[in-house]
Amino acid sequence: MIIKRIAAGMLLCITLSQVCLAQDGQVTMLTSTCVACHGSEGNSTGPAIPSIAGLSPIYFMGAMLAYKYDDEDELEAVIDADIDFEDVEVFTRYSTIMGRLAKGYTEEEIKLMAEYFSSQEVVRPAQVVDVAMAKEGKKLHKMHCEKCHENEGRSAEDDTGVLAGQWQPYFLYSMHDFNDGERGMPKKMKKTLDKINETVGLTGFEQLAHYYASIQD
Amino acid sequence: MKSINRRDFIKLGSGSLVAGSAGLAIPQLAIGATKKVVVIGGGAGGTIAAKYIRQSDSSIDVTLIETNKEHYTCFMSNEVIGGDRKITTIKHPYDGLKKYGINIVHSMATAIDADKKTVMTASGDSFSFDRLIVSPGVSLKYNTIEGYDEAAAEVMPHAWKAGHQTALLRKQLEAMDDGGLVVIAPPGNPYRCPPGPYERACQVAHYLKHNKPKSKVLIIDAKDKFSKQGLFTQGWKARYDGMVEWVPAADTGGGITSIDAASMTVSTDFDDYQADVVNIIPPQKAGAIAEIAGLTDDSGWCPVDLGTFESTIHPGMYVIGDASMATGMPKSGYAANSQAKVCAAAVVASLNEIEMADPSYVNTCYSLVAPDYGISVAAVYRLAEDRSKIAKIAGGLTPGDASPDALQREVLYAYSWYDNIVADMFT
Repeated sequence: MIIKRIAAGMLLCITLSQVCLAQDGQVTMLTSTCVACHGSEGNSTGPAIPSIAGLSPIYFMGAMLAYKYDDEDELEAVIDADIDFEDVEVFTRYSTIMGRLAKGYTEEEIKLMAEYFSSQEVVRPAQVVDVAMAKEGKKLHKMHCEKCHENEGRSAEDDTGVLAGQWQPYFLYSMHDFNDGERGMPKKMKKTLDKINETVGLTGFEQLAHYYASIQD
Repeated sequence: MKSINRRDFIKLGSGSLVAGSAGLAIPQLAIGATKKVVVIGGGAGGTIAAKYIRQSDSSIDVTLIETNKEHYTCFMSNEVIGGDRKITTIKHPYDGLKKYGINIVHSMATAIDADKKTVMTASGDSFSFDRLIVSPGVSLKYNTIEGYDEAAAEVMPHAWKAGHQTALLRKQLEAMDDGGLVVIAPPGNPYRCPPGPYERACQVAHYLKHNKPKSKVLIIDAKDKFSKQGLFTQGWKARYDGMVEWVPAADTGGGITSIDAASMTVSTDFDDYQADVVNIIPPQKAGAIAEIAGLTDDSGWCPVDLGTFESTIHPGMYVIGDASMATGMPKSGYAANSQAKVCAAAVVASLNEIEMADPSYVNTCYSLVAPDYGISVAAVYRLAEDRSKIAKIAGGLTPGDASPDALQREVLYAYSWYDNIVADMFT
């Protein structure tokens, strides 16, 4: 896989050599276009633009491809045509500006970005948290979310989104979009959201936002 | 300084640790390998160029020359004028850049000697370079509007360089009586921050609406169309209907041609307007040092190779940000940030004699119509094959039918944009 080849190449670049400079140069050139909005190494200083450090490459590529291709059939065709995207699931995504920007990058560039940001260490920022809300959120997380979003939402395993430490407004926007049908999700997750909506309603998502924001290590 | 031969250097290196900074400096000089980059200007472009060069290749010696000890960002300064933001939140010190090993010199660059490859400063020092990056921003062309000079700017602020001028305009709005007239006079193209004057009209109107609702904002433009025009027009109608009026150049014969600061009068070829607060945004050209160094052409801006930002007049010197003629990109803070990264890559590649990566450019620009109403323009660019322009390959504006929820999100994204670009520059 191309992605794995790039990752190996980057690891070899431990010492400064001309070859390494050239190789890092291409990655830096691309990823430096992201960080002025998404933060150094993809760790956003907030208050709403999400951190993109530590996401799984599959998740990252899925997001970028969904922003890039508005048409679901086209998105599916692109994903089917490339072995590197074989684990990417076809979900549409609502955005304000990412839909405008993602169209400017090629699939190969998206792969390079995915590899870079996935290998960056996640820095979880200090956020203002309502302790009582976070406590309720923790219960909801354990009951509904932990099964896929493991390790208190820190894990990017199974190509899920990293929830722990994510900015609260972004988390709530995402939940809003999932609920509104503006953003696609796996069937399992849809069932979970329906259950939260039926039992605790929108407050539940706010409690979850406080809980994930409360995880700062 | 005493030179040292190769054998002495080896002796120094293989012996016990050399104490003192002089001892450490000598071997570097002896090898003669230390490559030096000087960056002039610590704004949106210069800070990023200095930092990214050091991050890519820490063997390069980088000196950043900047007059001020603190930088006031122009971005978000309109929110200070509108009163929702304190000016202290747009003021940033340079200390955070020291950890990258950048030598920061607080003095004004006064001259550049192209032959000797040296920059002179007001403090009387000189700094030699192998590559020079000039990121001086704009200089205001006083007296192109008759009567509008530096002294008049203390009465009718431009507030087009953030800091004292921003605070001055804010203070005048606070002092104005309800029912007053505020005139904003945007220049013709090209100039720094194309949507800036119109966002400013929104922010001023936002303040007046809630505090002095009988007042009016009159935009007397030197042009007939402007950036994000449809979105701003829509925003004015939605939020400040009857309060903001825009007058195109065609209606006044070309905008304001003269002012009289004493009587607070601005004049077009057809009419005189007596106002309570006047914000003249004069025409602009590249920052002074670029002109002094002969990096500008007849237009007053700096021609550059669009793939590297190397001056087409002086090889080895690079110009980024507002001062450069980055054909295809707007003069925005985010464009300067993006150009600085391309330029840093070009300089590192050039000093290491390797091929640079294919340049990739981006611009994202938010404007705040109201505290819950944000709009944006964003684009990704590539270098045209014949290097004649930085060609937009994707992007666009906030859609005209964006929902209130989307407009509100754009405000919080604008704040995030600000926090992250500032972190990119100063931490």
